[in-house]
Amino acid sequence: MKKKIISICLLLMISALVCYPVLFLLTGSVMGDQELSQELGTALSEGKGYVSWRLLPMTPTLRHYVELLLDSPEFFHMFWNSVKITGGVLIGQLLVGIPAAWGFAKYRFPLKKVLFFLYLILMMMPFQVTMLPSYLTLNRMELIDTQWSVILPAVFSTFPVFILYRFFCSVPEALLEAARIDGAGEKEVFLYIALPMGSSGIIAVFVLGFLEYWNLIEQPLVFLKSKNLWPLSLYLPNIDAGSAGIAFAASMVTLLPAFLVFLWGRDYLEQGIVASAVKE
Amino acid sequence: MLSKYTGKRRKQAITGLLFILPSLAGVMVFVFFPFLDVLCQSFQGPVLREWRGIENYRILFETSAFRLAAMNTLRFTAVCIPVLVVLSLLLAIVLQNIGTSGRIFKSAFLVPMAVPVASVVLFWRVMFHEKGLLNALLAKLGGISKDWMNTGTAFWILVGSYIWKNLGYDIVLWMAGLMGIPSAIYEAARVDGAGHFQCFLHITLPNLKPMFYTITVLSFLNSFKVFREGYLVAGDYPHESMYLLQHLFNNWFGKLEFDKIASAAVLVVLVITCLILLLKRIWEQEGKHR
Repeated sequence: MKKKIISICLLLMISALVCYPVLFLLTGSVMGDQELSQELGTALSEGKGYVSWRLLPMTPTLRHYVELLLDSPEFFHMFWNSVKITGGVLIGQLLVGIPAAWGFAKYRFPLKKVLFFLYLILMMMPFQVTMLPSYLTLNRMELIDTQWSVILPAVFSTFPVFILYRFFCSVPEALLEAARIDGAGEKEVFLYIALPMGSSGIIAVFVLGFLEYWNLIEQPLVFLKSKNLWPLSLYLPNIDAGSAGIAFAASMVTLLPAFLVFLWGRDYLEQGIVASAVKE
Repeated sequence: MLSKYTGKRRKQAITGLLFILPSLAGVMVFVFFPFLDVLCQSFQGPVLREWRGIENYRILFETSAFRLAAMNTLRFTAVCIPVLVVLSLLLAIVLQNIGTSGRIFKSAFLVPMAVPVASVVLFWRVMFHEKGLLNALLAKLGGISKDWMNTGTAFWILVGSYIWKNLGYDIVLWMAGLMGIPSAIYEAARVDGAGHFQCFLHITLPNLKPMFYTITVLSFLNSFKVFREGYLVAGDYPHESMYLLQHLFNNWFGKLEFDKIASAAVLVVLVITCLILLLKRIWEQEGKHR
């Protein structure tokens, strides 16, 4: 029992440390202007001494959020860019990836092993490797500096195919045979057996994908030259807010969608992480 | 090639191919064929594309920026991965032992995965500024303040940020590995009089071996994403202790030095493919044991 209490205390301390940056941003976003400049003033101007920080604000206010949401059309524009890119990528990935994963999991066809190994290798490649090949293709298609240049290569990422494959493999073969004997065609088997039985895999891919693409930096940095096409993830540090409070509120609003998706789908997130590593 | 397949099997093969066709077409157009093109380019001159043999690779290894970035990336990996792997294993074991109340902690460790880099940049700036919170704390404790971002310590901040972000991911994987060990083995060992530590040494560790390889490879691949933090906090040219291959690729791209990108990319692909082949062999051996 004593051992358990020690473990829990230790875990509490470490997880508090891990989650602290989120609390920090939340505190800053509801702190009044005066308090903020008192606390952070020395870092912003060339004053003496150090910045300080309270765990909780003395005078909590929602003013920064109101200012951000009412007076910063720029922020809205970038937020909308992020929604378009993330939404486009996720819809595309699911449309293309679900059938592909089903094909790999349940059908035999020539070169299947070779192709799947190719998918595995491509899934592991960091962006820096595919940067130049993708750029050359996108350039030929004249898509550079449009949001399609970020969306299209990501749609054909092989990572979701791999995760979904792992989930689809656990659908029992006997069930498919039974459906076929009852006269279901391949299309019906896909729509009425694969999709419902793979639903937790589909949600896992959605959650993992959302966290990844809401946080996209490398691709827009290379493929989007006009700053007004940039997503929030790249643009945020450039916001010259004038006030620290607005910067804090903007950081919180950027964090919020990812955080909500995380809270809603954390079980599926765990399943997805496990599927990326464990061979069934 | 379909000729081997007759009757019902032929129909199955065609259906399967139709299912993967959209994905395969996209992969070929956007990644595979362009990559083959880049592979050729890595042996050719940048403008006229005349054949140059391994000249590009020789030049690459003579470029001091490449050597610096490659060494830093190597050093970064060599420091981060052992620390992350061991730390997450210890936490996973503690979480496993406290039972169901561990769930909430597991979620807490996953929170950093959901925090966009762009949002934490602000925290980073206040923390590691010359007059920032870390120095304030040090001053209180009587330590000496430092300019964290513009000295060698920048490297360690990057290490910390990588571990912060990936700790939860690795804990989830380790816990899946721990769950996979049948409890009957432990019970049998206890009957034979084995203590906690002996169980850990002779049952837990050997059974976690395949998971260990997988986690190491995945952690290595995730380590490429620290560029996000590095770039948003310190820009194109950070302190040289944290100038990684990713920065170099990005800066070459800005200067249109495609021949260098091509040959460096081919080298990275070679390294990663070797790692995956190794991993695949381990997976297949595991399959045979079961």
